[in-house]
Amino acid sequence: MENPVELLGGFSLRLLREMGGMAVMFVQAMLYTFKPPFRFRLLLKQMEFIGVKSTLVVLLTGLFSGMVLALQGYYGFRKFGGESLLGATVALSLVRELGPVLTGLMVTARAGSAIAAELGTMRVTEQIDALWAMAVNPVHYLVMPRIWAGILMLPLLTILADVIGILGGYFVGVILLKINAGIFVAKMRALVELSDILNGLYKSFVFGALLTLIGCYKGYHARGGAEGVGRATTEAVVISSISILVGDYILTSLLFS
Amino acid sequence: MIKIINLHKSFGPQKVLRGVNLEIPKGKITFIMGRSGTGKSVLLKHIIGLMEPDEGQIIVDGQDITKMSAKELLKIRKRFGMLFQEGALFDSMTVGENVAFPLYEHTKLSEKEIWQRVREKLAQVDLLGAIDKMPSELSGGMKKRAALARALALEPEIVLFDEPTTGLDPVMQLNIGFLIKKTQQQHKLTCVVISHDIIVARATADRIAFLHEGVIIAQGSPEEIARFPHPFVQEFWQTLELGSKEVGHEERPFEPGT
Repeated sequence: MENPVELLGGFSLRLLREMGGMAVMFVQAMLYTFKPPFRFRLLLKQMEFIGVKSTLVVLLTGLFSGMVLALQGYYGFRKFGGESLLGATVALSLVRELGPVLTGLMVTARAGSAIAAELGTMRVTEQIDALWAMAVNPVHYLVMPRIWAGILMLPLLTILADVIGILGGYFVGVILLKINAGIFVAKMRALVELSDILNGLYKSFVFGALLTLIGCYKGYHARGGAEGVGRATTEAVVISSISILVGDYILTSLLFS
Repeated sequence: MIKIINLHKSFGPQKVLRGVNLEIPKGKITFIMGRSGTGKSVLLKHIIGLMEPDEGQIIVDGQDITKMSAKELLKIRKRFGMLFQEGALFDSMTVGENVAFPLYEHTKLSEKEIWQRVREKLAQVDLLGAIDKMPSELSGGMKKRAALARALALEPEIVLFDEPTTGLDPVMQLNIGFLIKKTQQQHKLTCVVISHDIIVARATADRIAFLHEGVIIAQGSPEEIARFPHPFVQEFWQTLELGSKEVGHEERPFEPGT
C-alpha cells in the first residue's frame, strides 16, 4: 500500500501535467488559427455540430429553468409581498448565472463527450498517427476548429437560453400566476443592466473554450482501445463540468466585483 | 537509403529497442520480422518520426530525422507513405475522399486532377468500385488496399507497411504481398514492411531483418536468412516447413494472382 503522501504527490503531479498539457494544446490551437490552410469548412461543420445541433436541448433547458425559477421565486416573494420583483429576479439569475452555466453543462454532455469519443477513437485506430504520417498536424486539423466552434457557438446558445428562459418565466409569472405584465417587464428592464448580460456572455466564451479543449485533450490522449475511449469520454465530461462550475465562481468574483 | 544507428527506446521500465542497427536499401523491399510485441511497430514509427528515440539516429538520405524540428519533419514526411495496421482510414469520409485527402492538403492540383489521380490509385489496388463506399462497409483486405491507395496518392519514394497481412485470410495475405511487390516495381519504391508473416516475406522480400529482444540479430536476402545459424531465426523460418509437413504434403511455390 502506498502512503498518503505519495498518493497526494502523484495526484498533484498528474493534475499539473494535465493542466500544462491542456494549456500547451490551447496555445498551439490559437496560434494555428493564423496558419494556412484555413479550415473554414471544418469550422462550419463543427459549428453546426456543437452549436446548431445543441439548440433543442439548450432551448428545453432554458425554458424549464426559467419556468421553475418563476415558480420558486413567486412562492418566496409572496411571503413578503415582493412579487413585483419576480421578472427581474428571473432575468438576472438567467443572464448572469443559469444561462451560461446550464448551456455549458448541456453542451458538455452533448458535444464535449462526442468530441472526446471521436478523437479518442481516431487515436486508438491510429487515424491521428495517419494524419501526422500524411504531414497534417492533427492539432491544426482536429483541435483548432473544434475550440473555435465552442468559443463562437456557446455565447449564441446562451442568448437563446436566456431569451427562452425569460419567456418561460413570463409565462409562469404573468399567465399562470397572474402577476401584472407591466410590472413584471418594467422591473426587469429597470434592474437588468447591459453589463449583466455581457458578463454572462463572457463566461460562455470561456466555457465554450474549456469544454471543447478538455474534450479534445482527453480524446487526443486516449490510450487502450474501446475501454480507453470510454474512460476518456467520462473524464472529459466530469472534468469539463467541474471546470465550468469552478470557472463560474472565479469569473463571477472577477467580473461582478 | 535509410540508416538506423544504435536506436534505443523505453516505455517506463520496459526497454523495447536496445540498440537497433539497420540499413534499408533504396528501391528494395525490406521486411523487418519478429515475434508479436517485440517492438516492430515502434521501430517503424521511429522511421517516420511519429516517435522520438531515447538515443540513436535515423538517417534518411543523409539527414538525421531525430534532430529535425516539427516543421522539417512534416516536410520530409511528404516523401513517405504509410500503411497502418488496421488501415487507419478516416471513417467520416468515403474511400475516394480518403485517397483525395493528402492531395487536397499538399498539392495545388485542380478538383478534376485530384479525382483523376484518386481513380488511378484506386484502380491500381483494384478498388475503383468502392470509391463512394464508407470505410465501415469494407472488408479487412479492402481496407488495407484502400489505405495503400491513400499512402500512394502523393507518389512517395518510401512506403512503410505496418503488418499489412495480419488479420487477412491466407489467399488475401499473398494477394496483398504481390500487390506490394507490383507497386514497388512500378514506382521503384523503397518499402519497409513490418510483419511476422514468413510466407509473404519469402515470396516478396528483397531483404529480411530479424528483430529479437530489442536488437537486429540477422539481416540478409531470404536465401541467406534461410541458412542463418541463429536458433531464433531458424525456429521462425522452420515454421514454414513444419506447417507443410504437418498437413502431409510438399511445399509448393506460390504464384502471383492466387
